[in-house]
Amino acid sequence: MLKVMVCLKRVVDYNVRVRVKPDGSGVAIEGLKMSINPFDEIALEEALRLKERGQAAEVLAVSIGAADAQQQLRTGLAMGADRAILVETAAPLEPLAAARTLLALVERERPDLVLLGKQAIDDDHGQTGQMLAALWQRPQATFASKLAIDGEAATVTREVDAGLEVIAVDLPAVVTTDLRLNQPRYVKLPEILKAKTKPLAVIPLATLGVEPTAQFAVRKTEPPPQRARGVRVKDAAELVAVLRQRGVL
Amino acid sequence: MKPRVLVIAEHSGAVLNASTAKCVSCARELGPENVTVAVLGAAAGEIAEQAARLAGVDKVLHVRAPGSPAPLAATLAPQIAALAPGFSHVLGPSTTFGKDLMPRVAALLGVGQVSDVMSVLGPYSFRRPIYAGNAIVTIEARPEQTLVATVRTASYPAAGAAPAAAPIEAVELALDLPTHTRFVRAETAAAERPDLQTAARVVAGGRALGSAEGFKLVYELADALGAAVGASRAAVDSAFVANDLQVGQTGKIIAPELYVAVGISGAIQHLTGIKDARTIVAINKDADAPIFEIADVALMADLFRAVPELLAALRARG
Ligand SMILES: Cc1cc2nc3c(=O)[nH]c(=O)nc-3n(C[C@H](O)[C@H](O)[C@H](O)COP(=O)(O)OP(=O)(O)OC[C@H]3O[C@@H](n4cnc5c(N)ncnc54)[C@H](O)[C@@H]3O)c2cc1C
Ligand SMILES: Nc1ncnc2c1ncn2[C@@H]1O[C@H](COP(=O)(O)O)[C@@H](O)[C@H]1O
Repeated sequence: MLKVMVCLKRVVDYNVRVRVKPDGSGVAIEGLKMSINPFDEIALEEALRLKERGQAAEVLAVSIGAADAQQQLRTGLAMGADRAILVETAAPLEPLAAARTLLALVERERPDLVLLGKQAIDDDHGQTGQMLAALWQRPQATFASKLAIDGEAATVTREVDAGLEVIAVDLPAVVTTDLRLNQPRYVKLPEILKAKTKPLAVIPLATLGVEPTAQFAVRKTEPPPQRARGVRVKDAAELVAVLRQRGVL
Repeated sequence: MKPRVLVIAEHSGAVLNASTAKCVSCARELGPENVTVAVLGAAAGEIAEQAARLAGVDKVLHVRAPGSPAPLAATLAPQIAALAPGFSHVLGPSTTFGKDLMPRVAALLGVGQVSDVMSVLGPYSFRRPIYAGNAIVTIEARPEQTLVATVRTASYPAAGAAPAAAPIEAVELALDLPTHTRFVRAETAAAERPDLQTAARVVAGGRALGSAEGFKLVYELADALGAAVGASRAAVDSAFVANDLQVGQTGKIIAPELYVAVGISGAIQHLTGIKDARTIVAINKDADAPIFEIADVALMADLFRAVPELLAALRARG
């Protein structure tokens, strides 16, 4: 039976449209609705299904971030995770530092499977899972839309540009989730109450011996260029006429 | 010192993917001393020859290895890490191939990665999108370490053909490659239509098409326009079409001359994928659909009437 570690990042909810601060110093996120990164919710759902199928013994949810990320871990516990760990750091980590932190947790917890999202929808890096796999010297199966565990290995269907690709990876392994892996469950009220008593450990980043040094400096944040206002056409004939006039057709 | 750039070629085993020529264009923007393309996982020299004929390529390294039916990051990354010491920059495309592979390379080199470079401001200064393209950041990297990056292919034109082919150097790497990751099979749809990522015209359909049967209307319009077919996530999730047609933040980012969105609401995650299209046409029956905010030409109509009319109008004008 597997021990599964799931990584949950606290991000601005995907339904919220963020705005760039007028002084270009960053994105204004104060007061916005925060949620578990949608891909990470899918990762947790997959871990819970493994447990419900009798293939996983324990589901551990972990997050790296400020103290308020405990909210997302509580939600993860309410969904069904057995316990949670927050690695607390005031400054957000770049993916390499996040991967080093996760490696330190992996060395402590010795999971058979680590599930992450394919990307965090705030910075859209899409790096952490692959970096963790490299540092851990273990297989990676990214962009998973299907996961089957058979004994010492996992068979993963991956969503790639050309369609789907199936690979087999020996465990322990890192898997990153794509949207079609599953549809995460809704949390019911009794579960939320029950989750309050589940263990959630908070450990400072420094205790893991990871240097949070940044490799990149963000010099400026700008809104994307706006497109010029379009025209309305009344029917298909006018649409064709406009496209011809613009030389598109 | 001017950048010495290594570009990792993406290929199918038979042909070089167009993403490679786009990475070469990005590499040239770095003001490089030289640009080298590494071809890995290919038994035959054909791919290396294709890479050697791209304008702006100074040299091709053909890493000889038994041909693999599909690229596996677990075995490619250590080979690239072994080649990297001679270079200041290592670039790959932000296709699923590069997104899978490049962070593994970066971690092996002990450095971070810049994902989705949209423009180069200097050898160590780049612009990239965050929050599904709702913000663009300018970032600066440290010149003293290897710069690993993925190139947002929709931001770059493909490098053209060179007047003379660049030299090809065969490389043997004596590495003990891991066996913990194995290719099983590919489930790829036969590509009888233009490729979504490189097509000049794309017609995409959304949830409004209602069924796989209904989605045929999108195919018909695409055929009439000589266009590739795309889809929203809702259309893929509803199994109207396969996953490889998804356009958007988590699908393909495309930059065609013409994009026609049929029955797509225009969620931010979808719009991220089409912002670089030259002309965006939207057909939607809801006047308030967000797609109309970025459309160049908006047709507010029921698609089941408008698309047949459009087909008729296109055919009438030949
Ligand atoms: C993390 C994350 C990542 C995502 N990534 C992507 C992505 O990469 N790509 C993507 O597309 N989505 C993505 N989504 C989903 C996205 O948020 C939307 O849910 C999705 O794009 C909606 O698809 P749609 O426009 O086809 O459907 P809907 O939003 O349901 O829109 C259907 C539209 O059709 C119109 N319509 C209905 N009937 C007719 C008719 N008869 N004639 C004309 N118009 C009609 C309606 O007015 C409506 O505007 C992502 C979501 C999340 C959370
Ligand atoms: N601070 C974090 N806390 C928990 N998980 C994280 C964190 N950063 C990244 N991850 C995981 O790594 C995935 C990819 O993140 P990224 O590389 O930032 O796009 C996310 O979907 C998470 O599963």
